[in-house]
Amino acid sequence: MSAPPVVSVRNAALRFGDRTLFDDLTFDLCAGEFLAVLGPNGAGKTSLVRLLLGLVQPSAGTVSVAGGDPSARRSSVGYVPQQRAFDRDLPLRGRDLVRLGLDGHRFGIGRSGRGRQQAVDRALASVGAESYADATVGRLSGGEQQRLRIAQALVCDPKLLLVDEPLLSLDLGYQQIVVDLLDTHRRRTGTPVLFVTHDVNPVLHAVDRVLYLAGGTWAIGDVDEVLTSETLSRLYGIDVDVLRVRDRIVVVGTPDEHHHHHHHDH
Amino acid sequence: MFVELLQQHFVHTALLAGAVVAVVSGAIGLFVVARGLSFAVHAISELGFTGATAALAIGVDPVLGIFAGSLLVGGTLGVLSLRGSERDSSIGAVLAFGLGLGVLFLSLYQGYATQATNLLFGSIVGVGDRQLAGLIVVSVVVLGCLTMLYRPLLFSSVDPEVAEARGVPVRTLSVAIFLLLALVTAEAIQVVGVLLVLTLVITPAAAAQRLTARPGLALVLSVVIALVSTEGGILLSLVQPWPTTFFISTISFAIYVAARAYGARTTTPSSSA
Repeated sequence: MSAPPVVSVRNAALRFGDRTLFDDLTFDLCAGEFLAVLGPNGAGKTSLVRLLLGLVQPSAGTVSVAGGDPSARRSSVGYVPQQRAFDRDLPLRGRDLVRLGLDGHRFGIGRSGRGRQQAVDRALASVGAESYADATVGRLSGGEQQRLRIAQALVCDPKLLLVDEPLLSLDLGYQQIVVDLLDTHRRRTGTPVLFVTHDVNPVLHAVDRVLYLAGGTWAIGDVDEVLTSETLSRLYGIDVDVLRVRDRIVVVGTPDEHHHHHHHDH
Repeated sequence: MFVELLQQHFVHTALLAGAVVAVVSGAIGLFVVARGLSFAVHAISELGFTGATAALAIGVDPVLGIFAGSLLVGGTLGVLSLRGSERDSSIGAVLAFGLGLGVLFLSLYQGYATQATNLLFGSIVGVGDRQLAGLIVVSVVVLGCLTMLYRPLLFSSVDPEVAEARGVPVRTLSVAIFLLLALVTAEAIQVVGVLLVLTLVITPAAAAQRLTARPGLALVLSVVIALVSTEGGILLSLVQPWPTTFFISTISFAIYVAARAYGARTTTPSSSA
């Protein structure tokens, strides 16, 4: 591949005190790629996102985004956080939320320039959120809010999309809509997606590769390479079974399997 | 009687002071309500009382004491950047201790009763020219800061995770909003008194956000509601010699109740763009 990778992580380590989240992590994320980041709670998935946003510094190694230091690239990164309910009475419309993604970091009150309004309208249209763009965000459903979040991340024409557990508390239909929106966008624009999730199944049809973090170690590769009994047993250091049930992948035997890979089944 | 009073210099001063304070209180209220800082406002206000009584006890202008107390506790809360129940319980503890100190300082001061009443319940008609000048200067500073920081403040108030990811300095802004809040609170104390600061800083913003879902319009409405309450309250107290603060808080509360009724009527309070 001739184009330089959008994300380049080299021998990166992240430690908090004497706790090592991961060590010697090396991977590239290239244009157009869809990478799922998997692993148990506390394995460092969200910390990896914060690393790529430049909000934490690696304890060792280097991290670059779009050829530069992550903290200098925040304006070209679209970020979708874990779903958090908005206060019902918060005076904020869907389009205001999206607009903040465009120029909320700038000083001043901001003039309502036509170019900016058009950018907001385009982002709203790209996720199909026009019909509730003028409604109070706190009164929308979790799925509608999450669509607005994606519009907010897309409005600045990002070079990289970082998405942290966007499917939590969404029903199956909305999970699929969110994944498909991101999948379509990266195919159309070539913007790579790093998608943090505890359950690979909703993204199984979209992912190119998966990065699995567990027990301070990691593995990266195709779904068929990483989500195997051998690889996961090595990562966890105990016997873990990966089962294929129809077109779903079920992991059995991990220490935290109650909230892991069984999300759909509840 | 009413017309004669309207020509009095002290009435002009009161109306002007009320307007100046109402504008900044209504404006900052939007961010205070969005961040859930009502209890913090109360704490800053009570510590303003402690500062004022300390100033009285050592023979200094109580207005300086109000600002010192408010800024001290506002700055501390901002730097600690506590969240949720931890914030509430520590604010409660500090607030109670501060009030205890205030009672002590007040007992050391000779003019106990009048000053206590004025501080706690407001004395807008007692505002002098120098005090008015101070209010204007502080209000201009606060408004300037709010204008400059409007977008990042809104972003970090309503959507802190994404704001941080976009490079907004959320911690610094948190300290900034607490310091601005301390200045506004110290101003509002001089109009409505320590115990009723919320009537200018919280009630108008809470009413405004029932009327519109647009953040900019909510801020403007909040300012208008604060202005109507303050000026209306001062004028009514000229007609009927009851405490000004009673009228101010009654008007702002009436608007709040009406706004809630309006908000409940419209299920999606979205306005045409």
